[in-house]
Amino acid sequence: MRFLLDPEQRAFAASLDALLTAADTPAVIRDWSRGDHCGGRALWARIAEAGVFALAIPEEYDGLGARPVELAVAFVELGRHAVPGPLVETVTAAALLTEPALAKRFLPSLAAGGTMATLASADAPYALDGDAATTHLSLTADGLRLSPGPATPARPSLDPARRLTPLLPGGELLSPTPPTDQALTWARLATAAQALGLGEALLDRTVAYVRQRTQFGVPTGSFQAVKHRLADARIALAFARPLLFGAALTMSAADVAAAKVTACEAAYTTARTALQLHGAIGYTAEYDLSLWLTKARALRGAWGGPDECRDAVLSARL
Amino acid sequence: MDLAFTQEEDAFRAEARSWLHAHVPSVPLPSLETEEGFAAHRAWEAELAANRWSVVDWPTAYGGRDSGLVRWLIFEEEYYAAAAPARVSQNGIHLLAPTLFAHGTEEQLARVLPTMASGHIIWAQAWSEPEAGSDLASLTSRAVRTDGGWLLSGQKTWSSRAPFADRAFGLFRSEQHTARPHQGLTYLMFDLRAPGVTVRPIARLDGKPAFAELFLDDVFVPDEDIVGEPGQGWSVAMSTAAGERGLTLRSPGRFLASADRLHELWRAKGSPEALRRKVADALIGARAYQLFTYAAASRFLDGEPLGAESSLNKVFWSEYDIALHETALDLLGPEGELADTAWSEPYVFALAGPIYAGTNEIQRDIIAERLLGLPKGRR
Ligand SMILES: Cc1cc2nc3c(=O)[nH]c(=O)nc-3n(C[C@H](O)[C@H](O)[C@H](O)COP(=O)(O)OP(=O)(O)OC[C@H]3O[C@@H](n4cnc5c(N)ncnc54)[C@H](O)[C@@H]3O)c2cc1C
Repeated sequence: MRFLLDPEQRAFAASLDALLTAADTPAVIRDWSRGDHCGGRALWARIAEAGVFALAIPEEYDGLGARPVELAVAFVELGRHAVPGPLVETVTAAALLTEPALAKRFLPSLAAGGTMATLASADAPYALDGDAATTHLSLTADGLRLSPGPATPARPSLDPARRLTPLLPGGELLSPTPPTDQALTWARLATAAQALGLGEALLDRTVAYVRQRTQFGVPTGSFQAVKHRLADARIALAFARPLLFGAALTMSAADVAAAKVTACEAAYTTARTALQLHGAIGYTAEYDLSLWLTKARALRGAWGGPDECRDAVLSARL
Repeated sequence: MDLAFTQEEDAFRAEARSWLHAHVPSVPLPSLETEEGFAAHRAWEAELAANRWSVVDWPTAYGGRDSGLVRWLIFEEEYYAAAAPARVSQNGIHLLAPTLFAHGTEEQLARVLPTMASGHIIWAQAWSEPEAGSDLASLTSRAVRTDGGWLLSGQKTWSSRAPFADRAFGLFRSEQHTARPHQGLTYLMFDLRAPGVTVRPIARLDGKPAFAELFLDDVFVPDEDIVGEPGQGWSVAMSTAAGERGLTLRSPGRFLASADRLHELWRAKGSPEALRRKVADALIGARAYQLFTYAAASRFLDGEPLGAESSLNKVFWSEYDIALHETALDLLGPEGELADTAWSEPYVFALAGPIYAGTNEIQRDIIAERLLGLPKGRR
């Protein structure tokens, strides 16, 4: 038992963090929200080059083998920088397209970043960023289909950087029995990691803000009511993290669901705290904090909301 | 990164499990906060010790197995899963012993530890005073120099298990008029039955004498019962206070076992929909705490100090414990009001969690200032 990231995994996180810091993600996010995908695509290519998508893809299809721990490490960083795009959906697509013929056809391009995939199902009828994605999958009663594309127009999300599109019906039947349970596990793991990173960024930004914002002649961060809310955010995130990496090690549906609900709840309450402690400036769209705030709410519901995840935890024990 | 245990660790787990299975009393012992229960729990400590299960991580010379941190965690998981009795020796084992390992003399270790391990001497912690709770450094009980030792006087309060315990350890002011209140304090061990000591039991919410006030009137303590240097009591005490908040006082095994029992209760009551969420959260919380502890143990084994991180544990486990027990009482319905169910005493005990071992408000201050780097404010 050595439940700690090893030096290579930490170095991987640090290098992604550096890459994303240099990429000025807030500008990329704002363009993406307006439907200008140029900067987002360029960033996508660099993320793929760093090997992120390959972490969910077997070696024979140009991946690095299934490496959920490293994938979680990567998605924490993607979340920390609020990177836009169907990141989780692309990983989920990789986990769905495992039959040899499909794998051969789709996975090398997913690994290399040439394909941006998105996905809709009966439970989640809006595909994320269908207008930017190049491959549209739909899970229907008869199996997994390659949809002809997004139905227009996209519907706005509470998170302006998430563009929601229903998919056109029909299309090629790729598989009557896709591994949906396994794909859902990968989707939830990646979402949990993204939420944790998002929460960490919200906390860091808020701590920095309350250290320099002065009211009544002292930094607002010296008031106990302010400190205690931030301490609670620190606690919530600190206990979500081990659940995430524990789940990445076991990849059991229940462990991943536990990580998903805990990380998303922690990120969401941290978002509420961040908004409150920033005062009115936190409530404006032009201040960058908004880019993280709105995503926290969206991730909470994506790929199974809190109650669904709790049910998965309980049903594993029956 | 891995969660797998070695073969030796698995074998250790199996050995602990089978011993506990054979020895844990089949009928729960009476409450340890009663005279009769205290004696029964003391006897249980002796039985553990006779088989070297009372302090597995201590050196073998003092009655342990030199098991290391990971095996201690394993032992604790098995201990609570087996529904074994509460540990009446825990103040000594988790608070005084680590202090002695860090600051005690060889003579003190050899004298104090074996009788602690066997339950022969049960220790109470005498830190708090009526006017010094959260602001512990403002304590006024005194230690005054005398031939061959010190004379203690003053009043201590909320001393857990002191009504039936044998000895106590605490902080006393040995120098007056220091620049800061944290200076001039001395950490001393004393006999609760020494001349000059009056122990007045205090009934907690359920009426049981779970703690006591101590009145000290020129109580003699020989020099060999000072821990660390005279005047350095604050840093001696603080070097082990983190343990009280963190790992040692509340190992994850306890919550894993409680969460399992809560889940069983929920199923037995027909899995009521209204409490589904709280039961799931109890299961998730116990797992989170277990994995958080594994990560902390891994860092500790790498040589990193735990320090202020233990404040994260403290707030987490104390709030978790209350939520879990409240859910159990809710599940029991009308039975939940009864004072003699398996859940009632643990519920009363859980209620105190956010108050002792440093209140949660103080822990949040520590998290904000030492972990997040926020400015110190008015206290
Ligand atoms: C079950 C139980 C067992 C105990 N066992 C022992 C024992 O064995 N030995 C021992 O020495 N002591 C023991 N204690 C005492 C315990 O350590 C104290 O109760 C604790 O330190 C708080 O002190 P207080 O009760 O005087 O509360 P106070 O310090 O008066 O605090 C009351 C409230 O005010 C808040 N408060 C105080 N100062 C601040 C501040 N600066 N900022 C924000 N809020 C503040 C506190 O957080 C708390 O909510 C025990 C207590 C309990 C309940």
